[in-house]
Amino acid sequence: METTATREPVRKSKILQALEDQNTSISYADPLENDLILNMGPQHPATHGVLRLLVRLDGETVTGCVPEVGYLHRGYEKLAEASSYHEFIPHTDRLDYLSPLSNNVAYILAVEKLLGIEAPPRAQYLRTIITELARLSSHLLWLGSMAMDVGALTVFMWSFREREKLYDIFENLVGARFTTSHTRIGGLAHDMTPQAEGMIRTFINDFPENLHECERLLNKNRIFVERTDGIGVITREQAIDLGVTGPCLRACGVGHDLRRANPYLVYNQLEFNVPVYEGGDTLARYYVRMDEMKESRKMLIQLLEKIPQGSIHAFEPKKVLPKKERIYTRMEELIHDFMLINFGVDPPVGEIYHAVEAPKGELGFYFYSNGDGNPWRMKIRSPSFVNIQSLPVMLQGSMISDIVAIIGSLDPVMGEADK
Amino acid sequence: MNQIVLQKLQSLFGEAILESGEFRNEMSIVVAADRLVEICRFLKTGEFRYELLADACGLDMYTPVKRFCVVYNLYSFQHRHRLRLKVFVEESNPHLSTVTTVWATANWHERETYDMFGIIFDGHPDLRRIYMPDDFEHYPLRKDFPLMGIPGSLHLPKK
Repeated sequence: METTATREPVRKSKILQALEDQNTSISYADPLENDLILNMGPQHPATHGVLRLLVRLDGETVTGCVPEVGYLHRGYEKLAEASSYHEFIPHTDRLDYLSPLSNNVAYILAVEKLLGIEAPPRAQYLRTIITELARLSSHLLWLGSMAMDVGALTVFMWSFREREKLYDIFENLVGARFTTSHTRIGGLAHDMTPQAEGMIRTFINDFPENLHECERLLNKNRIFVERTDGIGVITREQAIDLGVTGPCLRACGVGHDLRRANPYLVYNQLEFNVPVYEGGDTLARYYVRMDEMKESRKMLIQLLEKIPQGSIHAFEPKKVLPKKERIYTRMEELIHDFMLINFGVDPPVGEIYHAVEAPKGELGFYFYSNGDGNPWRMKIRSPSFVNIQSLPVMLQGSMISDIVAIIGSLDPVMGEADK
Repeated sequence: MNQIVLQKLQSLFGEAILESGEFRNEMSIVVAADRLVEICRFLKTGEFRYELLADACGLDMYTPVKRFCVVYNLYSFQHRHRLRLKVFVEESNPHLSTVTTVWATANWHERETYDMFGIIFDGHPDLRRIYMPDDFEHYPLRKDFPLMGIPGSLHLPKK
């Protein structure tokens, strides 16, 4: 009893202390002459999950902010050390749960880099297709939820209508709508069916018109523009210093996109632009993501044109899971399957870091392998975790009602930030 | 590029560059803990411009000496190049100087490393646990922490 009594005040004061220690200059212009500490979240609808913000207010102006994460911490890095490289694939769905396919691909590319194998061209093309579809689905959700945060409810309905079509495509392409787990070491779980290809074609044909519908509601909407223009500004230098990546960095005038800078998959064979805006504010982040969706569509058209025929599994019997019917009929495949399932792939000793441009930013996986079937250490470099760190800079000096717009424009996903 | 960076570092810092290795075309350089900040500052502002600290994380080698390791993954926009710095920390004295003075983003990465491995970053502006509760007494990503957790270590609400 005595220990619990002493614990509680310690916990409270540490977080508060961090806020009070911040070097904030408070102007006592308001008649009450006092500042207020407001606790926002973790159960707040506008914090996109379980993000908690402690905000220090002077009237309605934010003078300090301490974000608290960890309410969704599930210990995936510890879990990865106890599971084989194949076993961890379903867990990657639960990182950024708005674009699970993108995480699947990012993880498997890192594993393949460690193993030193490469998937055949058709698998590479299919992976690029699913990554871009995942980017569309993630950005569409961001569009709907951010517009809703600033009070435009219709866009939410319309962007979710488009997302529903994407989930139907995933269902056909992958076999699951949400928890996809589509990639395998050296390939993919299934090939694309002609029906799925037709669905993607129909979707990208209709997409520009449907996106334009949403744009018409926002681009010249005075309320939307006034609530986003010049709000949550972060400069180029601050953004780089704080490690911000993805659309948020490109909205500050840095044309850094890993798809262009260090091409992986088949991005070096595609023609696309990297949208860059200079504002660094919420409106610039809106424009970057809208343009990115158009670029993704352009890429999908090229990918569907160029995709070659052929196998979707690399010929690496000791690394790639064999087909089920061959396990039942052949001795060699049975042995390989037994070894792969029970002892895992046989990676070399070494360490690698591989990053891809996920919808939210740079998603990287760091592996330290000592030659066992399980990784000795796996680190997930999640873009949301790092981007949330820039919130105090963006919120400084803004109004309390802008907090939701700024969080919305940052597009954090707590599943990824908390790992 | 890997060799150019290594040679430059060796010529400038000499004995502080303890080890280096290349795997899958990625360069890892082990540096001395006492000159870490100096080397980081050179890498960021010098000719190579590693402006982005992509990631910093801990690593438990589970050996009697050089038990912990802190890994910094750097990225240079200008050269589109990645570099990995590693620093070893002893279990008996788990202290390392912070690099938040070089890259502000190191703040949360170092908090996470402290939370998970118990490595204390001297000079860090706000060294608190980030994922686990403040009153948690263990370091979960250490190899001697069991996967199932330690019963009673987390205070759950009363039913």
